[in-house]
Amino acid sequence: MAIFLNEKSVVIVQGMTGSEGAKHTRRMLASGTKVVGGVTPGKGGQVVEIDGHQLPVFNTVAEAMSKTGANTSVVFVPPKFAKAAVIDAIDAAMPLVVVITEGIPVHDAASFYAYSVSKGTTRIIGPNCPGLISPGKSNVGIIPADITGSGPIGLVSKSGTLTYQMMYELRDIGFSTAVGIGGDPVIGTTHIDCLRAFQDDPETTAIVMIGEIGGDAEERAAAFIAEYVTKPVVGYVAGFTAPEGKTMGHAGAIVSGSSGTAQAKKDALEAAGVKVGQTPSETAQLLREILGR
Amino acid sequence: MDLFEYQARDLFEKHGVPVLAAAIATTPDEAEAAATKIGGKVVVKAQVKVGGRGKAGGVKLAENPADAREKASAILGMDIKGHEVRTVMIAAAAPIESEYYLAILLDRSNRTFLVMASVSGGMDIEEVAHTAPEKLAKIPVSAVDGISAAKAKEIIAAANFPLDVADQVSDVLLKLWEVFQSEDATLVEVNPLVKTKDGKVIALDGKITLDDNAEFRQPDHAALVDHAAANALEAAAKEKDLNYVKLDGEVGIIGNGAGLVMSTLDVVAYAGKKHGGVQPANFLDIGGGASAQIMADGLSIILGDSDVKSVFVNVFGGITSCDAVATGIVQALELLGPKATKPIVVRLDGNNVIEGRAILAKAAHPLIEQADTMDGAANRAAELAAK
Repeated sequence: MAIFLNEKSVVIVQGMTGSEGAKHTRRMLASGTKVVGGVTPGKGGQVVEIDGHQLPVFNTVAEAMSKTGANTSVVFVPPKFAKAAVIDAIDAAMPLVVVITEGIPVHDAASFYAYSVSKGTTRIIGPNCPGLISPGKSNVGIIPADITGSGPIGLVSKSGTLTYQMMYELRDIGFSTAVGIGGDPVIGTTHIDCLRAFQDDPETTAIVMIGEIGGDAEERAAAFIAEYVTKPVVGYVAGFTAPEGKTMGHAGAIVSGSSGTAQAKKDALEAAGVKVGQTPSETAQLLREILGR
Repeated sequence: MDLFEYQARDLFEKHGVPVLAAAIATTPDEAEAAATKIGGKVVVKAQVKVGGRGKAGGVKLAENPADAREKASAILGMDIKGHEVRTVMIAAAAPIESEYYLAILLDRSNRTFLVMASVSGGMDIEEVAHTAPEKLAKIPVSAVDGISAAKAKEIIAAANFPLDVADQVSDVLLKLWEVFQSEDATLVEVNPLVKTKDGKVIALDGKITLDDNAEFRQPDHAALVDHAAANALEAAAKEKDLNYVKLDGEVGIIGNGAGLVMSTLDVVAYAGKKHGGVQPANFLDIGGGASAQIMADGLSIILGDSDVKSVFVNVFGGITSCDAVATGIVQALELLGPKATKPIVVRLDGNNVIEGRAILAKAAHPLIEQADTMDGAANRAAELAAK
């Protein structure tokens, strides 16, 4: 099972002909992901060879879908062209679009997110995210495939490197799916979307949720957990020492006035019955105790 | 990026939002000249990016140019909640009849845009939202459809603006939408929006936040950056394209990935409780590619901070390989030579970790100490800083 991504995922890479796109296409192929082609407007008809794979390039996502049967797209297009790329994928009714690109203006993200909602046929993950991995099945984005294998833990995180850190801490147990949802102010798939999917996924028996300062996504997730999630959830929140009004790396990681603090998020999660660790290692330990491992 | 009031006023004017005549001054002489040019009574307003300046004495009415000079000389150099007043705005004074509130912002929670409007303007809007939420209309705006003339009228009617100003306020809203959209703003706020005694609607004070991610298509915004306010270390880091924020503690931090670095600060502060309360000295994310040069740039910024007593390098190699990071650290110390004087605790994990740790072990640099875990490394770095 896993969530959003599995062995049936057939992937195209928007921006495959760029250096980042090519580099990560190679890594995705090496980890067994079914990458079947790419999209770069104006370069349709070219064929890119990567490690023995002949990958056709198409001008549009619609064309790529009809020729390859792709059901997942991953976007490595630079910020300036990212909105057009995502709109192209939504227009083609691509079921899953994973936007890795960092630095997309929030007006563009708000616009393509609203457009995806109005069409109702595309799930967006990101932007500014590492993507997602269902170990042993498929890996879309930039998460290293060799940290750990498949197992019963579901992971959702705003941060890429904290996703890797947590997968590493729990590498002996393994993951159903790990989703990096991204650190921008407007993202397509939220903690709540992932929590709901993990709750409904029979392969997932416990969930790790990683949040950080800014916005109120963690507070909302806490309310959702109290109402809907019966599987055990442990949490971690980064940014207790972040000063007010400063952006901490991620565009969305900012404490504004008294809102968006790590403490408020931790309190909300604990009130919903989620055990929250002080450090990533402590959080992993809390999960071990729950699973008895 | 948050703008000063005068910068917001200028952007309002550029897009046709009605504002009063105004000019900025950094000396009492300039203030007097500005007041002379504007004529009549003026208001002298401290330009600081913090609320509550009125209560702090940062806004004064001046009867004439000589008075403006005097008021400016009192306000310039004031400290308002830790912000030094380096600039004042001299603005024409207006006879006010009513005060309103109008803003367009990014609503992160609902992933859409939002208009907030109230006929009870002029006060702290957060307080109105809290104590009398019925007085603050909140109307979502689709990021696809935006605000049309018809939508603006609908919003202003829903917010119960009096009929005699409704058309003018709708027009202001339409122009604020233009500011919001064409300048890539995440907040455009007018507080107060006023009706003058002669029935005109004017934006008297405003606040704008711009999206830093949109810099590539907003070439004019570079000129709005307040270089004078930036910490010297932050300015040096920005020049090297490093993602650095100066904090108050003693443990210098370098890591990869925003989330991991934020977490590293917390873990150091947590460990610091056992070591005399030492705290992280900075946030520094070197991102995906940790070349020797980036590592050297990062280390030299951190070692240039006289508050730093120890350094913690925390890297989880995802795409970055630990051997490249280790080589970077060693080369950085060679580049820095005798300028490197603080102990450095390094924790490497992930991609090529064995090679990375071996490179550091072989270099056997007297300042470098390796640790196996993030928590253990944080504890050691805090301990070294407390010595």
